Amino acid sequence: MSTNNKEIRIGFYICHCGTNIAGVVDVDKIREFIAKKDNVVVSRNYKYMCSDPGQELIQKDIQEHRLNRIVVASCSPLLHEKTFRNTLEKAGLNPFYLQMVNVREHVAWVHSDNEKATEKAKALCNAAINRVRYNKPLEKKRVPFHQDVLIIGGGIAGIHSALILASAGKKVYLVEKKPTIGGHMAMFDKTFPTLDCAACILTPKMSAIKENKNVVLWTNSEVIKVEGYVGNFKVTIKRNPRYVREDLCIGCGQCIESCSYKEAKYPDEFNLGLSKRKPIYIPFPQAIPNSAIIDDKTCIHFKMGKCKQMCLSACERNAIDFNQKEELREIQVGAIIVATGFKIYDPQKEPEYGYGVYPNVYTSLEVERLINASGPTAGEVILRDGTKPKSIGIIHCIGSRSEKANKWCSRVCCMYSLKLAYLLKKHTHAEIYNFYIDMRTPGKMYEEFYDRLLMERVHFIRGKVAEVTDISLVKEEEGKLILRVEDTLASVIRRIPVDMVVLSVGLEPSEDTQKLAHILNIGLSAEGFFQERHPKLAPVSTFSEGIFIAGCCQGPKDIPDTVAQAGASAAEAMAMIDAGYFEIEPITAHVLDEFCSGCKSCINICPYSAISYDESKKKVFVNETLCKGCGTCSATCPSGVMKQNLFEDDQILNEIEGLLVYE
Amino acid sequence: MSSKPKVAFYWCASCGGCEEAVVDLAEDILEVVKLVDIVFWPVAMDFKKRDVEALPDKSINIAFINGAIRTSEQEEIAYLLREKSQLIIAFGSCACFGGIPALANLYSKFEVLNDVYIESPTVDNAAKFLPQTTSIDNNGKQIELPEFYSQVRALDEIISVDYYLPGCAPTPKLIANTINMLLGDNLPTAGSTLLPDIALCEECPRKDSKPTDLSITEYKRICENLVDPEKCLLAQGFLCMGPITRSGCEALCIKGNMPCTGCLGPTSRVVDFGAKAVSMFASLSSGKNEEEIEKNYAQVMDPVGTFYRYHLSKSLLRGKLERGI
Repeated sequence: MSTNNKEIRIGFYICHCGTNIAGVVDVDKIREFIAKKDNVVVSRNYKYMCSDPGQELIQKDIQEHRLNRIVVASCSPLLHEKTFRNTLEKAGLNPFYLQMVNVREHVAWVHSDNEKATEKAKALCNAAINRVRYNKPLEKKRVPFHQDVLIIGGGIAGIHSALILASAGKKVYLVEKKPTIGGHMAMFDKTFPTLDCAACILTPKMSAIKENKNVVLWTNSEVIKVEGYVGNFKVTIKRNPRYVREDLCIGCGQCIESCSYKEAKYPDEFNLGLSKRKPIYIPFPQAIPNSAIIDDKTCIHFKMGKCKQMCLSACERNAIDFNQKEELREIQVGAIIVATGFKIYDPQKEPEYGYGVYPNVYTSLEVERLINASGPTAGEVILRDGTKPKSIGIIHCIGSRSEKANKWCSRVCCMYSLKLAYLLKKHTHAEIYNFYIDMRTPGKMYEEFYDRLLMERVHFIRGKVAEVTDISLVKEEEGKLILRVEDTLASVIRRIPVDMVVLSVGLEPSEDTQKLAHILNIGLSAEGFFQERHPKLAPVSTFSEGIFIAGCCQGPKDIPDTVAQAGASAAEAMAMIDAGYFEIEPITAHVLDEFCSGCKSCINICPYSAISYDESKKKVFVNETLCKGCGTCSATCPSGVMKQNLFEDDQILNEIEGLLVYE
Repeated sequence: MSSKPKVAFYWCASCGGCEEAVVDLAEDILEVVKLVDIVFWPVAMDFKKRDVEALPDKSINIAFINGAIRTSEQEEIAYLLREKSQLIIAFGSCACFGGIPALANLYSKFEVLNDVYIESPTVDNAAKFLPQTTSIDNNGKQIELPEFYSQVRALDEIISVDYYLPGCAPTPKLIANTINMLLGDNLPTAGSTLLPDIALCEECPRKDSKPTDLSITEYKRICENLVDPEKCLLAQGFLCMGPITRSGCEALCIKGNMPCTGCLGPTSRVVDFGAKAVSMFASLSSGKNEEEIEKNYAQVMDPVGTFYRYHLSKSLLRGKLERGI
């Protein structure tokens, strides 16, 4: 035998994975079968290849038998390719001389006929042996990582991530579409199950954002373009005009007082239209930035061009600036955290609940404002007609767990319904009825909170309300809203008359989710929320390296889970930043420069804009840091000069051949 | 016998264009003749098979064989020339890739013979005779006739080939270069194609007019449209095979305002010419989903004849498999 170091010496290992693989595939037979193949020097089977002894076995063989190619037949490469590549590296072999065969997910777990499964495993293993001969050594590359982070969305998730990163000394750009940060949490009255005042725990964090020198806060702003790649994103942000200079305004409210509109006339967004505001306003007292804003759609100056501009003269600090224009800002960041939250389900889609028809039907979010001391009624629960409700029905699962609306459970509605039941009882002493399908209270102290409510003389009726109507059948129902429901525990149809109906609306992806997914090049799950990279093991990562998701934009969740994800995102981003560089997998495309005819076929087809045309050389080139190794260009390249590392023609064709002819 | 190198020319299943191309060397042919001894060239000179058989093995220096292999006779001569020659050159696209004759591989042997000898409107064959491998001559003697095989094959599917010179036909300039190269001292690597290994766009005079963001919405036919003589033909929507095809012809067709049809074949790195062509055109299609791309593709007349015009015998799918005949 030749001692030439170019000689190919393959080591083959098939894993039992306990009985996962060995229970179906005859591993001894495979070992013997592969041992006879050309260039195979070592062929073994072992109980757990991924265990330390399993890996040490490979390392020892590489050194003792001078192996230079390794084939491991075990589970999916998604699980252990990294493990075994490291094993090769530790033994001094280039990690890309490894080829894995998935005999667990692709064979053992999906077949019941042991004999046929073993035959299939033979073919797959032979294909890998055939291919690994053509594997080439590849080098990982490092690109420097920009230290700043962009956070999109200024709700509790974005705020929490920003504060963590800022406290670690990182510069953070926090971009919020609305005029103030705070998100949905700022609208809540109390939080379940502790009944902490939402504002009391949130507003200190909001102020901390304002105070922190490492945070650049841009409200009334949107991300419109993202270019580049992990560690080196170039982001364009559109800052919409506020017409009030944030740096000068102190939120004294003189301008609002003096506005030409003597009466507030326009629906107040923060109070969901339950109160009115003027064209110049501050969203709510603790808004950050605590600065007025002019709504150019309702302001007389912008509508007609002639206004006495009383606000201008009222402002002692000359903060009002009617000439502000939309501005485009370009920033460089290394990582992006997306925390764009959710929107509530629109109950008008289900007219049987009478929302928008009967004035006394409210959404749960509206009730949060009604209960709130800084809300439209200063915390007094009074109906639109000015009366106090004596009976209230809370309907769970509006827009959730439904074939007609959204299939998913919105996770928070049971708990916030219980909380609203408690608070409404306290505020009004009314009779409270909860209509639920199933009561879902998983969480620390959540079930206990439910128990407490059962003691508070709140009524619970298990059944989905069929209709809310004002057609009365008996005298007691007159002037009331009647809830028709099947009480599935008592097996009776009930009609329950109430003064007020609360619809516990579910959570949906927020409006611009799809648009943002496109800008960021990240995926959406079937429901339309952002797609995490792995549901269990990478819940805040996305398929785009360096872009993380936190909070309800990933799926409905409560505040503690949101804050936990926000912290996780910040930590993951920090791990990347602090490494100072990013290692890119060498599974990228490259051009055989000498043979490129410059036909340009590959440029437009690249989904990552990684290919450009060099006008002086009249050839194309690949930016390897942008390249994700999808292979589209090498499939397209008409003269075969675009090569995809680890997926070259001879590697693939030999693998196929090994699969077709294996005995 | 002179000590000049001995050269043979032979044609198999071809149109005669390759022979024509050699003659097209015009007065340069005299230079060639001065340098070599032609020992076999049925088209131009009177030699018989037995003359070649009489030669010692490997005594012919270079044999140029054009045309694909369809009959037992062509196969026999190919074997004979391989035995007698030091170098075999697959000359022209048919010898290299099966060429236009290989498009017949889309049909079975019976379909081909039936069409030519029975169905064709100009044929008078009431008895429905089909070619036979034996016959009786005028003297009543039984004679053997060549067999018509079920598949057309490229030359290297029959015998080993030393060099390839594709082209339909190879240009006189390429032929002259090849002969000079082979008579010289530095022979190229065995098995290579005697053309640059880079696609035609490299030497295309219209290269700069091709946009980087090309997306084709309509495939046009040359017979139905006016052609801009300056602009990239692909950018105009014509199916030009330039990006897939080797260079070396100096873009003669394109200079004549005709799209490249791919006669010089793919570069060394491409396994299947037609598959590459389909993959490239699919990528250039403006269609954003399967349906739109399909609609786009439906405008291509005769897809196999367009994308595999010269290469069907060398494709991975090869053609129609004849079973049970």
